[in-house]
This record gives sequence, C-alpha cells and structure tokens, in this order.
Amino acid sequence: MATTYEAIATVTVGSGGAASIDFQNIASTYTDISINLSARVDAANGVAQIYFNNSTASDKLWRRLYGDGSSAVSDSSNGTSSYVRPIGINRSDQTASTFGNMSIYIPNYASSSTYKSVSVDGVNENNATFAEAAFAAGLWQSNSAITRVTIIPSSGNFVQYSTATLYGIKNS
Amino acid sequence: MPTKLVVDCSTGAVEEIELTAEEIAEMELAAQQAEEQKAREEEEKAAKEAARAEILAKLGLTAEEAAVLLG
Repeated sequence: MATTYEAIATVTVGSGGAASIDFQNIASTYTDISINLSARVDAANGVAQIYFNNSTASDKLWRRLYGDGSSAVSDSSNGTSSYVRPIGINRSDQTASTFGNMSIYIPNYASSSTYKSVSVDGVNENNATFAEAAFAAGLWQSNSAITRVTIIPSSGNFVQYSTATLYGIKNS
Repeated sequence: MPTKLVVDCSTGAVEEIELTAEEIAEMELAAQQAEEQKAREEEEKAAKEAARAEILAKLGLTAEEAAVLLG
C-alpha cells in the first residue's frame, strides 16, 4: 500500500517560548498538506493566526463557529484580513499546563490556478468553566502555490512543549 | 529577546531566530488588536445571552425548559 500521509517536519517549542512557528520551503509534491498543532500561549488574548507565504495582503476570508457549552457564536472576516483565524490553542487564563489542539487542512495547496481553502477544527480546555470547540473555514484569494505556512499567536508567545507537525498527503 | 521558530522543510533544519525590532513592534500591535477583538467578541456573546434571557423571561420559561422544547 502506498504511503499517502507523510510527516514532513515537526517542531517543539523550547524553554524560551516562541513568537511564531514558521514552516518554509514546503515542497509541491503532495496533493494536500495538514498541520497538527498542540499549543498554549502565555497571553490571555492569544488565538492562532495562520499566514501563507508571508503574505500580509488583506485577501483572506474566514468564518468561525464556536461553542463553549453555554453559548454558540459565529463570526467572520470578509476579505479584510491578512490571516485566517481559527480557535484551538489554550490561553494563559485557562487551566494551567493544558494545551489546546487544532488540525489545519489545506487541500490543493500547490495549485497555481486556484484560490486556496483551509479548514480547521480545534478545541481548548478550561476545567470547571468551559471548553471551546470550534470550526473555521478560510480562503486565501490567491493563485500562488503555498510554500510557507506561519502560525502566529495574536498575542503572546507559544509556551514550551507546544508542538506542530506538518504532514504531506498524497491522493495515491 | 523573543524568538521565532523557523523550519526549513527541504532540510528539516529548525532554527530559533531572534525577532527584529520591526517584528517586535508588529507583535505588539497585533496584541493590541487581539485585545480589541476579544473585547468585541465578549460584547457580542454577552448581547446574545442577554437577548436570549429576555426572550425566555417574556415566555416565562427557564433555560432548561427552553432546551427541552427545542429538543
């Protein structure tokens, strides 16, 4: 059976923390790519922001739907954002030493003729109060092949032991 | 000094690089924007919860009764 799911690179944040995790020089040899992130930030307002090819143009759309056990909220950015913004990392105001996780899926990332979509599901944990579960969909309105994906907390740094693994996925 | 983790997927090499002054300024601006965004989200959530509570009060239902009703 052909290997269709391959770990390209993995990284673990060291004791000093990290302001971002940046996968560069991603080969175009896969059909799709995926990133599994287990992370926590040292700020109360930190959510993950995903950037492609270091682009800061306001050409990303996103939609989020998230719930915390007592209410459900939806929000969006209609092409005025330079990043896609899912939920799924634990913040400093949540239970100590817990990490949120998210799975980022980018199909057809190497295409040079289509816009790039991304879907993300994520959860974080706050004992005895709430746990957030969220789905997000994003679109980068660019035909450029994705060769770089950067994840930056909106506030603060990733703490030690946060990890991210980039996978390449082939369709056969 | 804050650092960033850069992974070169062609070699597997991981580098920890100190942020430039410009990157630190960008990070601080992003943090400020995040704080504003979080405040907006909390306002929106509180407004929805208040609206829900108002409707339940008008109907004379508890949240549990409404949940049963909506199945």
